Amino acid sequence: MNRLACAAVVAAMLLVACAGPKETVVLLPNPAGQDTAVTVTQGTRQVVLAQPYAGARLGPNGAEAFPSNAQQVRAQYGPALAAQPLPPAQFTLFFVEGKDEFTDESKRIVDSVFAEIAKRPVADVIVIGHTDTVGNDAANDALSRQRAEVVRAAFAARGLASDKVVTIGRGKRELAVSTGDGVAEPRNRRVEILVR
Amino acid sequence: MTWICSRRRGRALLVAMAGLWLFDAAQADVGQIKVATGQVSVERKGQSLPGRVGLVLESEDVLRTGADGAVGITMRDNSLLSAGPNSILTLEHFEFDPTTSDGRFDARLRRGTLAVVSGRIAKKSPQAMTVRTPSAVLGVRGTEFVVSVDE
Repeated sequence: MNRLACAAVVAAMLLVACAGPKETVVLLPNPAGQDTAVTVTQGTRQVVLAQPYAGARLGPNGAEAFPSNAQQVRAQYGPALAAQPLPPAQFTLFFVEGKDEFTDESKRIVDSVFAEIAKRPVADVIVIGHTDTVGNDAANDALSRQRAEVVRAAFAARGLASDKVVTIGRGKRELAVSTGDGVAEPRNRRVEILVR
Repeated sequence: MTWICSRRRGRALLVAMAGLWLFDAAQADVGQIKVATGQVSVERKGQSLPGRVGLVLESEDVLRTGADGAVGITMRDNSLLSAGPNSILTLEHFEFDPTTSDGRFDARLRRGTLAVVSGRIAKKSPQAMTVRTPSAVLGVRGTEFVVSVDE
């Protein structure tokens, strides 16, 4: 009889334990291999998750660290992970010096941009024009905007609606290759394209 | 002299108005629904909109998914957020300067499951992005993670 009561108490305790944590956080591995972390703060207490699949359960007694793994994450977060949008894809097109004309190689990259757009149900495209350091700021700002607009027009000619494209001109502020002023550098005469 | 003063005041007013306009613009387009399956709705200013692919999101929008629902969004700063079934996700605050990457992003998961890939805001400043659950604040340092809240 006593034993039965004991078993009942143990079973009840197990049930309470199983009802378990209401909130869970798990850090995922970073494909780029950078150092990443999530801090979990509850009141004055803090747990830092810094290893892949490090987890924290948040219960009434604060955050408790636990090791998770790929299978657990798939089982609990499968639908959320399956709904993750494609990460933005980046492309760079290069221009002939002082002009708003693509180099021949860049004409082929445009094909890749359109392949990427086709992969996405609602692609939005950001086009950022840059120049090298030949010429003054005003001229380069204008040229970089003009280059971005050339890309927008080229994309429009291939059927991409202009309202899906945001153009930005950064002039010579963000050089891909750092040079002194007044240096003709083909790698800086570029337009970056972000397909999102 | 008074003419100069009033002109200056006029300019200050113009600058203030431009600031307000930028603030409004930042609030009006914070991200977009890129993936939606099953039942998904967006609550905005007391109204419920169908959470369709392509819907442009605003600060303070509340995304809800049904038992068969899931939704994935790309924010202006390239953060990716995706929620599984029976979730309630609020985009509490979002502002972002695309030139400098300065900004602030606070999201809240009231219920359900959420996967997060942080974007340019968290990369620029680790204190600038948080995800809140009912009991905790998650700080994001250039990260992918998942979080769940059972009711």
